[in-house]
Amino acid sequence: MAKSKIVVVGGGLSGLMATLKICEAGGEVDLFSYCPVKRSHSLCAQGGINACMDTKGEHDSIYEHFDDTVYGGDFLADQTAVKGMCEAAPKLIRMFDRMGVPFTRTAEGVLDLRNFGGQKNKRTVFAGSTTGQQLLYALDEQVRKWEVKGGVTKYEFWEFIKVIKNKEGVCRGIVAQNMNSMEIKAFRADTVILATGGPGQVFGRCTASTICNGSAVSAVYQQGAHIANPEFIQIHPTAIPGSDKNRLMSEACRGEGGRIWVYKDGKPWYFLEEMFPAYGNLVPRDVASRAIYDVCVNQHLGINGENRVYLDLSHIPAEYLERKLGGILEMYSEFMGADPRKVPMEIYPSVHYSMGGIWVDRKHNTNVPGLMASGECDYQYHGANRLGANSLLSAAYSGTISGPEAMHWAKEGEKGSALTDAELEAARQECVNDFENILTMHGEENAHRLHHELGDLMNQYVTIERVNKDLDYCFEEVKKILARWNNIGVTDHSHWANQEAMFVRQLRNMILYALAITKAARMRDESRGAHFKREFPTRDDEHFLKTTIVDYDPKTEEPQITYIDFDHSLIKPRPRNYAVAKKE
Amino acid sequence: MAEQKTVTFIIERQDGPKEKRYTQEFDVPYRPSLNVVAALMEIQKNPVTRDGKRVAPVVWECNCLEKVCGACMMVINGKAQQACCALIDNLKQPIHLAPARTFPVIRDLLIDRSVMFESLKRIQGWVNVDGTWDVKDAPRQNPYTAQTAYEISHCMTCGCCLEACPNVGPQSDFMGPAPIVQAYLFNLHPLGEYDKPKRLETLMQKGGITSCGNSQNCVQVCPKNIKLTTYLAQLNRDVNKQALKNIFNH
Ligand SMILES: Cc1cc2nc3c(=O)[nH]c(=O)nc-3n(C[C@H](O)[C@H](O)[C@H](O)COP(=O)(O)OP(=O)(O)OC[C@H]3O[C@@H](n4cnc5c(N)ncnc54)[C@H](O)[C@@H]3O)c2cc1C
Repeated sequence: MAKSKIVVVGGGLSGLMATLKICEAGGEVDLFSYCPVKRSHSLCAQGGINACMDTKGEHDSIYEHFDDTVYGGDFLADQTAVKGMCEAAPKLIRMFDRMGVPFTRTAEGVLDLRNFGGQKNKRTVFAGSTTGQQLLYALDEQVRKWEVKGGVTKYEFWEFIKVIKNKEGVCRGIVAQNMNSMEIKAFRADTVILATGGPGQVFGRCTASTICNGSAVSAVYQQGAHIANPEFIQIHPTAIPGSDKNRLMSEACRGEGGRIWVYKDGKPWYFLEEMFPAYGNLVPRDVASRAIYDVCVNQHLGINGENRVYLDLSHIPAEYLERKLGGILEMYSEFMGADPRKVPMEIYPSVHYSMGGIWVDRKHNTNVPGLMASGECDYQYHGANRLGANSLLSAAYSGTISGPEAMHWAKEGEKGSALTDAELEAARQECVNDFENILTMHGEENAHRLHHELGDLMNQYVTIERVNKDLDYCFEEVKKILARWNNIGVTDHSHWANQEAMFVRQLRNMILYALAITKAARMRDESRGAHFKREFPTRDDEHFLKTTIVDYDPKTEEPQITYIDFDHSLIKPRPRNYAVAKKE
Repeated sequence: MAEQKTVTFIIERQDGPKEKRYTQEFDVPYRPSLNVVAALMEIQKNPVTRDGKRVAPVVWECNCLEKVCGACMMVINGKAQQACCALIDNLKQPIHLAPARTFPVIRDLLIDRSVMFESLKRIQGWVNVDGTWDVKDAPRQNPYTAQTAYEISHCMTCGCCLEACPNVGPQSDFMGPAPIVQAYLFNLHPLGEYDKPKRLETLMQKGGITSCGNSQNCVQVCPKNIKLTTYLAQLNRDVNKQALKNIFNH
């Protein structure tokens, strides 16, 4: 019998983990990525990965990890799914350790642990301040081994454009484009897994890589996949603001003792420690970001009246800092020209992560049969707010679920008819036509400037504080941007490494994604986790203890919002308050 | 109104692998802590040369913009480096940008570094674990050795060291410092060590460590400050030891 063929789109932590699982189960993988998978965005992760290793005499438990995650997510995550992730975490860490991840170790050679936000116990395993890079490399190396053995074919510098469904509506392949030759090709698959990461670029300036554009998610959304909970966008409290990118200063800074403050009445005011005595600087991200926003925007106490606060490590011994945080301190010095070992850093919150994404069941199947999603592009595990160091975990863990399930579907799923050559060619031709049309766009708009405007709108209206009338305004403005997309003019008309034309295609997808986020934010009249409305300042479990489902309406191109129930049967929802120690 | 300060870029361009190279000049508005990638992004927003010609935007590769992905390596004022952390304030103007021509040029500043990834296959750059399943225990490791491993594991396959090395190029089949030093990384690991002889064998072959001319350029350009020459020297000793072993075992 022919081997099962799985298309995996995305070679970050999740896509690579899925790839390994498929190879081990005897399947064949076609692996697609914008870049050599070794350069995927997962390598930006700095601080660490959570797992209950309990090696610090704190009696940490898997239950505690589970409860912290659910509580931190303001009870919007599927609890059975979260439980499975927390249970698997220590095993995953041992796997990474065997693969050679150079984790930071204690004097006796066991894995060191650090504190992270929203959890009282030391539970975060780390490799200095470049944990994501080290984890990604380990999987990249194992996948390379499979490449040599046979089993993986890499399509690096290929962009996923869309999925192909058969006449029964089952996903049986994809169309992708070579980013150098511009060749557009259709590929058959028994199962397709999207592991394309987050949509940070929908906001323009964010902490993510330039390739985290959400374009693939938007494409399948337009083909009928549900997006779930997109309104939950994590704003990380501590980033270095920049015009090209907001560079993250990991939560590990605070985990290792960093303090946040501003001057008030001439004296340092450690406002997080004062507002939240139980957790202090290590409150979850949504809580910290709102506090910083409040101090700067409402109380006008930012540094020199600007939107900046201090993140201070200067009281910690330099040698200790070097060992635990070296990489990012070097980054700060390099980009800002000041040494954080000596002077406090200046930081401000930034768009960072998307809790929402493609809706999946617990096995990571989307509502489109044959199409799966895992990693940051799915919506599972984090509810309304993600705890730091839980997403490297969810990315890797989800790959261990999606990979085997893809094989299961390939062998036993109701796949319906195979794609005919004609169907394959028709799907390809459609993408070719769209691309050729882009090449002939001669309007006045510049795609990159339009993207900048989109980012400005989304940053202004759909981040820390949301106001219904502003969201209405933003939605209309984004619709105008969608209309203006038609009036783009390209200056590059060539058929070779044409990045501009590809960007134009991505931009349209980003705009449609922006509409989904904005609409979902508008409709959720409560405050929960990262989603905050002063008009509705409290959590409303009666109406909104539900997953938001967004469907694309092809006629209006607008999002349709509905809500569905989810599993919160294991831990009864209770109010979330980080001023006091958590009660179970 | 005060005149807007600008930065001039002289960019070496090339429309395709076989096309002729040419240069174009662009002015980009100055702002504090502007870096080369951010400047190229400005050109995307307004792809007009200094003499007012509307042209195709410059093509290059970038992802993370914080010096961990290795994508945006190019030659800036004659030196191979990451463009994202090349701050304008530290560069002599006008700023010259060129592709790293040790590698085939795809277009403009975009190059093809697949040869480096192929070399990682050759040196067997992985720990040969049985599988992704749980086998209960991972070995403890000496924390100092782990720290050395951590240093080498920062290598982001950017290719600066290959670009700077006089022995990498069409005249030789030298794999270059980065992939070779990765062999040292896997040899350090308690499980990776099992395959140390195999890796050393590879390094004895054509293109391996004997092609290193010890010019020491690599260590000077490594953006991650990896002590490449130290590890190359260590590997050289390991390879010699292995060669002796091979003789006596025959
Ligand atoms: C600065 C920063 C620091 C972070 N620190 C931490 C941390 O300390 N701990 C933690 O747990 N989490 C952290 N995170 C979050 C975490 O890094 C990510 O959520 C996680 O790595 C996502 O992994 P992924 O596999 O889902 O996607 P990614 O790693 O983003 O990979 C996506 C892949 O999809 C490919 N792709 C995307 N679209 C297409 C397309 N259309 N066609 C072809 N290929 C495509 C890309 O090339 C890439 O290979 C951090 C995030 C940022 C931004």
